[in-house]
Formats: sequence, C-alpha cells, structure tokens
Amino acid sequence: MEVLLPLTVGCLVAAAIYLMLSGHLLRFLFGLTLISNGINLLIFASGRLSGGRPPLVPEGAKAPLGEVANALPQALVLTAIVIGFGLFAFSLVLAMRAWSDLGTLDLAEMRGAETQADTDA
Amino acid sequence: MSWYLTLPLAVPFATAVLAFLFRESGAGRWIPVLGSALGVAASALLFEKVLTDGVLVGQMGDWPAPFGITLAADLLSAVMVLLTAVAGLAVTIYSLGEVGPELQRLGYHAVGQVLLGGVTGAFLTGDLFNLYVWYEVMLIASFGLLILGGRRAQIDGAVRYVTLNLVSTAMFLSGIGLLYGVTGTLNMADLRGAVDASPQQGLLTVIAMFFLIAFGMKAAAFPLFSWLPASYHTPAYGVSAIFAGLLSKVGVYSLYRTFTLIFDNDIGYTHQILFWLAGLTMITGVLGALAQTEIRRILSFQIISSIGFLLLGLGIYTPAAVAGAVFYLIHNIPVKVTLFLAAGTADRLTGSAETPKMGGLYRTAPFLSVLFMIPALSLAGFPPLSGFWAKVLLVKASLDAQAFVMAGVALAVGLLTLWSMATLWAEAFWKAHPEDRFPTLEDLGSTQVTSIVPIAGLALVTLAIGLFPGPVIALADGIAAQLLDPAAYVAAVLGGTP
Repeated sequence: MEVLLPLTVGCLVAAAIYLMLSGHLLRFLFGLTLISNGINLLIFASGRLSGGRPPLVPEGAKAPLGEVANALPQALVLTAIVIGFGLFAFSLVLAMRAWSDLGTLDLAEMRGAETQADTDA
Repeated sequence: MSWYLTLPLAVPFATAVLAFLFRESGAGRWIPVLGSALGVAASALLFEKVLTDGVLVGQMGDWPAPFGITLAADLLSAVMVLLTAVAGLAVTIYSLGEVGPELQRLGYHAVGQVLLGGVTGAFLTGDLFNLYVWYEVMLIASFGLLILGGRRAQIDGAVRYVTLNLVSTAMFLSGIGLLYGVTGTLNMADLRGAVDASPQQGLLTVIAMFFLIAFGMKAAAFPLFSWLPASYHTPAYGVSAIFAGLLSKVGVYSLYRTFTLIFDNDIGYTHQILFWLAGLTMITGVLGALAQTEIRRILSFQIISSIGFLLLGLGIYTPAAVAGAVFYLIHNIPVKVTLFLAAGTADRLTGSAETPKMGGLYRTAPFLSVLFMIPALSLAGFPPLSGFWAKVLLVKASLDAQAFVMAGVALAVGLLTLWSMATLWAEAFWKAHPEDRFPTLEDLGSTQVTSIVPIAGLALVTLAIGLFPGPVIALADGIAAQLLDPAAYVAAVLGGTP
C-alpha cells in the first residue's frame, strides 16, 4: 500500500507535466488539475498511512487511546482542494475569455500583450 | 494583546466587505480611502509595539504553538506590514482619479483591499501552510485586479501571470507536503529545531530547493521572471503600482524568512545558489529594461533587477549584507509605487505609454517631472537619495565578504540602471512632445489632487530616507540581527501561550 501511493503520485505528476508542456492552455489546465491532485495525495501520504484507526476520542477520555490516524494532513488536503477548485474555476473562465477575445488557446500564438507593445514601438 | 496582530488584518477585510456592499454608491469611493487610512494606523500601532516590546506573538484560537496557527511579528514583519499599508493608502487615493464608476461597480476597490489583506497576512503568519493560504488569497485577488476591464492585452497578460503563478503554487504546496513528511511540523519556529535535529539533511536540502523555486518564481528571480514583464503593463496603473511595490516583495520576504529561519543548515549549497541567482537576476533585469520602449515594461524589468539586489544580501549571508538587503527592501517599495503612479499620470497627460510618443512634460508640468525623477534617480543609486545608501551598504558588504565579482556586477548594474532611467526620463518627460502638445497638470481636471498627492507623499518618503538614513540603517541592522539569530523569535513563538 505504501508503495502504491508514491507510484500514483509519480504517474499523476508525470502526466501533468506532459500536459502542461504541450503549449495549449486547456491542456495546461487539465495538467494543473492532475498535478494538484498528485500533490494532495503527496500531502496525504506524508502523514503516514494507517488503516482502520479513526482519530476519535472515546467518551470520558481527554485524548484518543492508542495509535490513531493522523488527521492533520487530511485537513490540509481539504483546504488545498477547496483553494485548488477555486483557482481552477477562475482559470477555466479565463481560458474561455482568452478563446473568445484572442481566438486561440495555443500559448505560442497568444501574443496580445506583447505584440501590442511591439507594433506600437 | 493579539489585537495588535489581528487589527492590520481585520481592517482591510472589513473595508473590502463594506466597499463591495457600497460599490454602486458614491460612498463606495471613500470607504476604501478611509479603510486604508485606518490600516496605516493599525500597522503603525503594531510597528510601534514591536519596536518597544520585541517579537509579538498571537496564538489563534488559543491553540498553543506548534499545534495551532501562530501569528508572529518580528521587526521585519512589522516593517513590511507598515509599508504595505502605506503603499495601499497611496494607491487607493490614486485610484480615485484613475478608476471610473464602471470598474468600481465591478468591485475594484473591494478586491484591492482583499489583496492588501492577503499580503499583510503573508507577512504576519508564523505557519508555513497558513502562508500558503495567504498566498492564495493574494493570488486570487491579484488575478481579479489584473483582468478587471477585460481588454485584449489584459487577458493575454493574465494567462501568462496565472499559469506561471499556479505552477509556483504547486511547487510550494509539494514542498510543504514533503517538509511535513520529514519533520512532522509546519510551524516555522518549530521547524527550525526539527530541521536541525533531522537526520535526513540531504533530503531537506532537496526540499529547500522546492521552496527556492516556488518563492523565486513569485519574486521573479532569474530564470523564472518571464511572467512579470508579460503582465504588469496591462492593468490599471494603480494595480501595476501595488503589484510592483508589494507582490514580488512577498516572494522575497518568504525567501528571507525560510532561508534564515528554517533552511540555514547547508549554506554552502543553498545560499551559494541564491548568490549567483542574484547576480544573474540583476543583469538580466537591467538589460531587459534597456531593450524596452513601453514605460511600464521598462519599469517591470527594473523590478526584476531590484530583486537581484534583494537576493544578493541573502546570498552573501553576513549581518552587514542582510542589513543592506533589508534597507534596499524598505527603500524599494515606496520607490516602485511612486514610479508606476507617476508613469500613469504621464500616460494620461501625454496620451501614450510608448516613450517615443511621449514628451513635453518637463516644460509644462515640471512638478510631475521632478516627482518622477526623484524615485528614478533613487533607483539608480544617486546620492543623496535612498537608493544610494542601499547600494553603498550592499556593495560594502560584498567587498567585506570578498565577493569582488558581485560587487562589480552590482556597481555595473547600478550604472546601467542610471542609463536606463535617464533615457526613460529624457524620452518621456524632457524632450518635446512629438505632436507638439503641451500637457499640463490642469488637464487632469478634478483628479489633479488625488493623482499628485500620493506621488508627492511617497517621493517625500524616498527623500526623507535618503537625507536621514541613520534611523533606517539602525532598523535594518536590527532586522538583520533578528533574522540571523532567530532565537528570540523561536522563544517568543514556542515559549508558552499568553
């Protein structure tokens, strides 16, 4: 199980980098989703894996008894998911505007800001 | 006691809410100004408190460190928070004249206040994951400001800005995950001990590289700066000014914080990289500036060059060098904001941001021309302005550390900066207007006061730092001492709850 997670993270990040280097905005964004999921898994794994030990405090006790799963990485991952979702939503809308305003999603052809400066010079 | 820490955060967010609610009405114009002024007061209180009482710590929700989220202000944080508030006030006043009711309805002022809040949070937090969250607050607000108005160039600039910043965020987050996996903590003060005690020093150096790349990208250090000059010339001038003054500085601040407090175990490797990156950043920045003709693109490349100076102090890593870099940081924020605001006014008066199409201002608007010249010469390091002292301190520290090559590079870059700024001033302000126009400040109409007051105020700050550098040098020395020996910081954070 421990081996499976790093392998999954590696595959996700590799696929993400491939997509991000393709020079196409939409593929870049798909790559970004993949890489954020890969990183979320990484944070999850960095809290160490343990099965079937929920971090619950029994009634009457002040602390959980015995070894329990680490709940902190899950809180971190939850935060990262929410933030990542917000940024992804923004980026998708930006990509849509780029498509309608600039007429392309190819990052090499997208030169609105720089050509304007170049032609004016 | 933690009111001192939370007030500079609460004010901008409360202002943002009010500014958004009243964005359709006339009051919506003045709420952000009032809020920014309150923000300056709150940060001044914090600064005064830190100056007298030393490191100030607040445990949020009374969870003791390292388990809860810690807010901590040492001298560096307090100075940065104060400068953020001052720059925010200047830009908010300037925006009154620049931003019309349409952008106001879209929430320009509200988003601007959220940006200020995010930047302040990043300076105040004592927790790495919390720093990530503040980065995101700052980032999403900056995305919003960048595209408000939705012109073609803005969308294109935003695509570059957004994509590269999201990559940097991904690097940052993976660094956090790995560091937590190795040390089991994310509280910065706690991390210092945990990193020292860890047997996996090699792995920690690799993790340090994750942070170096992530923060280097935010700071626009060589070779990861391409997003900055591709986007900073596209939005409103007020937005460019606040980005130029603060955003890349947050990256620099994070580098200072992490590479003094946490990753100082392998200085021969990590800080050597910073040292050479600093030189390359200085050179590429100033050479890029010389190749441009659009006024904001020139200034954008100058930002990159300044980042090089800021990293140089960290790379040399002696008390004198860090103090020099901190002085440079303090002087650089008002200078950059003034330059962008003055450039915006010049653009409105001459009708263009392309230097060949500008001109005629020195004859008919000499006051504005002088106001631009002060920060421009200061940036170039002309005595007796603030940039001169910053460069003196840095170059002297380089010589003392026997970094002769880098001292030479810094001096040469200073000379090239002078050339670049002098050409810019001569083209945009001194020469006659190519269409024989005679723009005067009266052309600004009712926005004359709100445009000139913030520029003049910040130019005065630059002059004051230049003429009376003593207190600022003493402050920079104090900050460097705190950074290089963070025992007081660590003790304040971990030493029990209030």
